Amino acid sequence: MEEKKLTVNGLVRRIGLPTIIIGLFFAFVLVSAGFLGLSVPTLLSDTVRRAGMNGILVLAMLPSIQSGTGPNFALPIGVECGLFGIVCAIEMGCTGWGWFGVSILLGIAFAIAAGYLYGILLNAVKGSEMTIATYTGFSIVAFMCLIWLTVPFTSPHMGWFIGNGLRETIQLDSLNAAMLLNNLWGFNIGPDFFFPTGMILFFLLFCGIVWLFFRSKHGIAISAVGASNAFANASGLNINRSRILANVLSTILGAIGIVVYSQSYGYAQLYNAPLTMAFAAVAAILIGGATASRAKVSHVIIGVFLFQGLLTSAMPVANRVFAGTDLSEIMRMMIQNGIILYALTQVSKGGKSA
Amino acid sequence: MSENLLEFKNISKSFYGNQVLKDINMTVRRGEVHALIGENGAGKSTLMNILFGMSAIHETGGFEGEVLIEGKNLNIKSPHEAMAAGIGMVHQEFMLIPGFTITENIKLNREITKDNPVSKLLGKRLESLDYKQMNEDAQAALKTLDMDIESYTMVAGLPVGHMQFIEIAREIDKQGIKLLVFDEPTAVLADSEAQNLLKAIRRLAGMGIGIIFISHRLEEIVEVADTVTILRDGQHVETKPISETNAAEIARLMIGRAVTLDRDEAEARKLSDEVELSIRGLQVNMPGERVKGVDLEVHKGEILGIGGLAGQGKLGIANGIMGIYPAKGTVTFRGKELPLSSPKNVIQSGVAFVSEDRKGVGLLLDESIEMNICITAMQNQNRFLKSFGPLKMKDTAKIHAHAEEMIKELDIRCTSSQQNTGSLSGGNQQKVCVARALTQKPELLLVSEPTRGIDIGAKKLILDLLKKLNREQGMTIVMTSSELAELRSICDRIAIICDGKVAGILDPTDSDEKFGLVMSGVKLGEEKEGA
Repeated sequence: MEEKKLTVNGLVRRIGLPTIIIGLFFAFVLVSAGFLGLSVPTLLSDTVRRAGMNGILVLAMLPSIQSGTGPNFALPIGVECGLFGIVCAIEMGCTGWGWFGVSILLGIAFAIAAGYLYGILLNAVKGSEMTIATYTGFSIVAFMCLIWLTVPFTSPHMGWFIGNGLRETIQLDSLNAAMLLNNLWGFNIGPDFFFPTGMILFFLLFCGIVWLFFRSKHGIAISAVGASNAFANASGLNINRSRILANVLSTILGAIGIVVYSQSYGYAQLYNAPLTMAFAAVAAILIGGATASRAKVSHVIIGVFLFQGLLTSAMPVANRVFAGTDLSEIMRMMIQNGIILYALTQVSKGGKSA
Repeated sequence: MSENLLEFKNISKSFYGNQVLKDINMTVRRGEVHALIGENGAGKSTLMNILFGMSAIHETGGFEGEVLIEGKNLNIKSPHEAMAAGIGMVHQEFMLIPGFTITENIKLNREITKDNPVSKLLGKRLESLDYKQMNEDAQAALKTLDMDIESYTMVAGLPVGHMQFIEIAREIDKQGIKLLVFDEPTAVLADSEAQNLLKAIRRLAGMGIGIIFISHRLEEIVEVADTVTILRDGQHVETKPISETNAAEIARLMIGRAVTLDRDEAEARKLSDEVELSIRGLQVNMPGERVKGVDLEVHKGEILGIGGLAGQGKLGIANGIMGIYPAKGTVTFRGKELPLSSPKNVIQSGVAFVSEDRKGVGLLLDESIEMNICITAMQNQNRFLKSFGPLKMKDTAKIHAHAEEMIKELDIRCTSSQQNTGSLSGGNQQKVCVARALTQKPELLLVSEPTRGIDIGAKKLILDLLKKLNREQGMTIVMTSSELAELRSICDRIAIICDGKVAGILDPTDSDEKFGLVMSGVKLGEEKEGA
């Protein structure tokens, strides 16, 4: 047996060039923040919080990538399911942990139905899943705008002060539902760094569940289907069923993800807020080292920390360097869309990773 | 003027040190139909590529020898120059635009134009088409071929036979056509259409055009050709006037090669009469390998070979049984009918399949050897799993142990069972495919092209392995292969597939002549009556 040689080239290929570049850039930004007199612990604290907030949404990308349908650009479907779960829970008068639990359970129920239908749609459009997914996501957001306006909910926590329909942002602290997970077992290190233990554990719990799932019979079937349709067919696997299952799973994770996101944010955002949520999640998993056809749980964890870390720390640094401009938002768009563009140019037919 | 229209002189060609043509000499006279015949890979296509100056030849270092056209070495460097020199090709795949009329297709890029006010101002490219003249020309070309069809008909929807003729009409409409190459022109035609085509070819030869006729169908060659040249493994075997030979001799010359893989025992094994697998009226819609009604019986404990030329449908049979391509007919395995559209059910009935498409269908190239070996058994037979609450999880220890055992048994050369199959050599990849099939503990093993693209040493190992499985475990094996020698070395019986049907079932010790005839679609019974 030959000892595996750790050459620079081998290492670059193992980790992936984009991951390394973004990682170095993140480190560079943190160092410059220190020199500019910004509080690095605050930046790191924000990084951890935002990574925990977005983690499960990024995790939702994994099943769909593994099943060969590409990154789930239709993540808004799952997000809207979760949001609907949230408003139903509020309407039912749930508060605190009750609200959290009911929101997630209802979100999962809606997501199973929606994900199933969405899976059927994807099976009908094999070969152009990513495009179809993007526009399905956009359409569902528009459709839900109508629902938010017309749904006959009466809870004073979320109605407009005048007229019908639900508010754009629903404050969760009035329900004792804001920062629930963040504060669970959370602790401070020094004055500026807060570790949201509950939320991070919740994220890691779902990482573990997904990791286990992909070692199960169904999970392995999904991976095989994604790697090679021809192989899967000849091996007696049910390709369509595996793709549906993967997208149901992805939609469920999207629904759970938005509940976690909202409680940490303190607000549930309706209407157009979910419109571009998929893109940040897609960019994050790709930065973590996934391709459009292969992904691992480690890609999710690395990716969400790097991407969110970069966003949170680049913004104050950029604002300090280029005072009076809004460069940080421009940078966010460049990094987010640039990385998606890069990943899509790397898509090769036949599921062979680079 | 020289009587010889085309002369190949000592043509040799090698691709990256691999000699595919050696010292080919061939002459086509005016008005002669010259048949060119040989097995797949004998070098016919390469020879024609040289004639047409295809870039595939020049990019790989050109060729040795001379191509003389009417006694002159024109040094043709591109298909365009070949066309200008009066050489035309009738393609096997129809290169016609369905939405255009016959005239438009025939005259494509050679349109007859007349000027109009705009073109006078802006140049020749904007001249209008002279449809009247074009239609007359097209009709004349069609008439030469005895085709009774209006030239303004749209090509879309015409029967394939007509399309073939339009393709020919296009060639003869070109000015100064001297030599026409027909590459398997009858492969896609029905019998009556093929007859018409042969008549047309004779008529063209009568007009003084030289014809090179490439076909696998011996009967056609005997019927239409004046002279036949036989190639085998890139070598010129024989050129004879057709009057001095017959189908049987051509067949023998085409096949007869030193069999590299010998049968080591001249045993006539006693075969069981028990039918393990019975195939009735199997039709498989596999592109390029269509099966058009196969009846076949596989006996318990035998190795049945399925042979035949490429594209005749031999590969479609195993794929059809497995349900990978849409199939019709009845397949009965051990008295139970197999559903033809469900690979899962077929696998669960105890049939395992090693695909001819190793990299596409046979392997997950980015997965480990152990996962490749165990996945089919895991997914279809619920093995290598342990329960973990509601989920069935993979049993890593069991998978690893089994893979190690297989690696040892089949001598798979790898760094570890975790290595990705994509990084293995062809022979070792094939062993992984076989290992996966064996892991299913099949009662019937279907193996397609087990030695395609692997070196001679690995070939022998694979064949020995199949034989061992058959002898020691009594496994029934159906082996499909393009290499006749390989089939003859281990099979008990060999079914030859021609045109999607079983042309004959031969004994591996039958003569080369017999194999050649059956592969070329000559019915053995008829030949005997004739002889």
